[in-house]
Amino acid sequence: MNILLILIPVSLFLGGLALVLFIWTLRADQYDDPDGAANRVLLDDDQRPAEPRQGITRTTAKR
Amino acid sequence: MGAEMSVAACPGCTLGEAAPDPSTKPQDAGYELVLPRIHCAACISGIETVLNAAPGVQSARVNLTRKRAWVTAAPDADPSRWVEALAEAGYEAHEVAAGQIPVEKGPDIALHLGISGFAMMNVMLLSVAVWSGAADVTRNFMYWVSALIALPATAYAAQPFFRNAWNALRAGRLDMDLPISLAIIGASGMSLWETIYGGRHAWFEAALSLTFFLLAGRYLDQTMRQAVRSAAADLAALEPRRVHRIEEGQRVSRPIEEIRVGDQLWLAAGARVPVDALLVDASVQLDRSAMTGESDPVERRAGQDLVAGDVVLTGPVVIRATAVGESTTLRRMARLIATAETARGRFASLAERAATIYTPVIHVVALITFIGWLVLTGDVRQSLNVAIATLIITCPCGLGLAIPAVSAAATGRLYRHGCLVRNDTALERLAQIDMVVFDKTGTLTRQELMLPEGLSDTVRQVLRGLANVSDHPLSRGLRASLRTVTPAPLEHMRELPGKGVTAIWDGTPVSLMAAEDGCASILSIGRKKIKLERIERIVPGGAELVAGLQQHGLAIGLLSGDSDCRARQIGAELGIARIWAEMTASQKIEVIKGLRAGGCRVLMVGDGLNDAAALTAANASIAPGHALDVSRSAADVVITGEIGLISEVLCTAHKARRRMLENLWMSGIYNVVAIPVAVLGLASPLLAAVVMSISSLTVTLNALRVR
Repeated sequence: MNILLILIPVSLFLGGLALVLFIWTLRADQYDDPDGAANRVLLDDDQRPAEPRQGITRTTAKR
Repeated sequence: MGAEMSVAACPGCTLGEAAPDPSTKPQDAGYELVLPRIHCAACISGIETVLNAAPGVQSARVNLTRKRAWVTAAPDADPSRWVEALAEAGYEAHEVAAGQIPVEKGPDIALHLGISGFAMMNVMLLSVAVWSGAADVTRNFMYWVSALIALPATAYAAQPFFRNAWNALRAGRLDMDLPISLAIIGASGMSLWETIYGGRHAWFEAALSLTFFLLAGRYLDQTMRQAVRSAAADLAALEPRRVHRIEEGQRVSRPIEEIRVGDQLWLAAGARVPVDALLVDASVQLDRSAMTGESDPVERRAGQDLVAGDVVLTGPVVIRATAVGESTTLRRMARLIATAETARGRFASLAERAATIYTPVIHVVALITFIGWLVLTGDVRQSLNVAIATLIITCPCGLGLAIPAVSAAATGRLYRHGCLVRNDTALERLAQIDMVVFDKTGTLTRQELMLPEGLSDTVRQVLRGLANVSDHPLSRGLRASLRTVTPAPLEHMRELPGKGVTAIWDGTPVSLMAAEDGCASILSIGRKKIKLERIERIVPGGAELVAGLQQHGLAIGLLSGDSDCRARQIGAELGIARIWAEMTASQKIEVIKGLRAGGCRVLMVGDGLNDAAALTAANASIAPGHALDVSRSAADVVITGEIGLISEVLCTAHKARRRMLENLWMSGIYNVVAIPVAVLGLASPLLAAVVMSISSLTVTLNALRVR
């Protein structure tokens, strides 16, 4: 049963990691435009920079 | 960053762009555009390309889910220029005024949901070990680890329920959040107690999954309300935000909020009068049908008054504002309607009714269980254990999801079809109607001139030329039906308001004038006269809609402000038997009230200001997208496409209500089965977890069938 002393912290760590990632996606407004994200994949202009984060989002637009 | 970005996004479109001055960046302002018709990747890139190339734009980003674009630009930029540029590229866009951008609560509930979800997963894993036979020290160890995760997680994640329950308690009400909070607190507290004293059952994962599933319901509910609110903002954006003010002889585009009494405004033909005003020019013809329902144009001479909401037919004209903002006639009527809103009566939604039946039952069952066990065994700890188990098992997990999941799915489906749901109980009310009352002019019909058979080509060309002179609805109709004809070259074109148009064609006087009786127009070319009958054409999809609704067993009525003979004619054409004609706005309300008193559940469909009060008085209401904003805000649902969409709305509403009832039954049955087990003290945490998950899953899957 000593294996538990390793496995439980490991599983807790992984769970916590997933939670932190989830909170990060929330903060980064990644749930703001699910349809748009699905469609932007189809745009073929590759030069478009990875813009979602620095680009204009709802929060910056309001100011 | 804007400059580099648009270069990268579209090398060909940067030519027209003024190089943004880096020094202006800190003061950049945010603008929001509503894009009602976008639907695909091509629209996204097209719109962003146009916007990024527009003057003054720093950066623009389209949000397809909300059908918006957010633009940063210099503070003095003129969004109407962007809207024009988008219109040229074929995209419909409207500016949202700064005050109308809805303030959002942010990802609050999503965060609570995420935390409870992740905690639930971990605790559930530990519980699996217990369920599969861990005992004594190992079990206790597992429980301690669970407690370490579960207690802080529930303390944070369940706060929305605690807060609501506390508010309800202070106000002396019983609501759904009270048993929820009791169950969560009870389960956590009892589990901690059992853990300390080495008991057999701890309910940490039950407390967490209860929190998780109920938060999921709340989240869906919140998302739907947000969609409803942003639909309201979409509609407000359809109103003109900018007008042309005459400043030192120049026309300058200004936001409507800046217009003051006494300002002179310039209006193009077809524009809607934005404020109450006096006419400065000699004369003008107005379409006042939105206010009165009469289809005939109204004539106004210099110095006479125009009312906000009139449409200018013979423009351009100059007017002087006499009342602006909240003091216009239109706004005053809007306020009247807002106060009349209570006339609809408070509609108890299915969720509320379910909660009022359910909440006392849960409390009573749990209390009886506790007293019963205490009397029979005398063991406080065991009695409390069983009572809390009962509370957990009967807690309405499925019930919390049953209705929001369906509403969210149905509202989303309608939004994709171009119908904006403005009210959260609208779908339930729409599902119950048994009579549909239509307004006539503007909703079901449009006026047109009928072209007689066998007109020669030259006559058609002259007619087309005359049609170009005016922007009267009849001329517009003529232009549409003579689309392929080249207009004859005319000279000395003149419009005689209220009468018709005259011109000289190749030295011959030609004219298109209203006949004496007003039911026809006379085309004269020299001495030759041709009579064109005025007909009211039914809007595309109108006849099919009425027939379809009748087939579904709905009674149909026609409620018009127009003359009796016209209303009857249209009624006969559409097969509508119940007709009320020559109705004023207040008579329309009386008719609707009368119908409701007679036991009908009425759906009112109308677009005019004279319909707005009737829209509020009816059980449910629908307005077309071109309606005045007063009518739109009085309506439950606004359809942006053809009138035929109404059947889609009703169909979805019926489906949604059926799914809601099914869901209530399903979650009810789970509870009915589980209650005796719990009361007898046979419930285990495993059973609770299974019941909760299954009921939540089935309810959600059933709701998704509406999509």
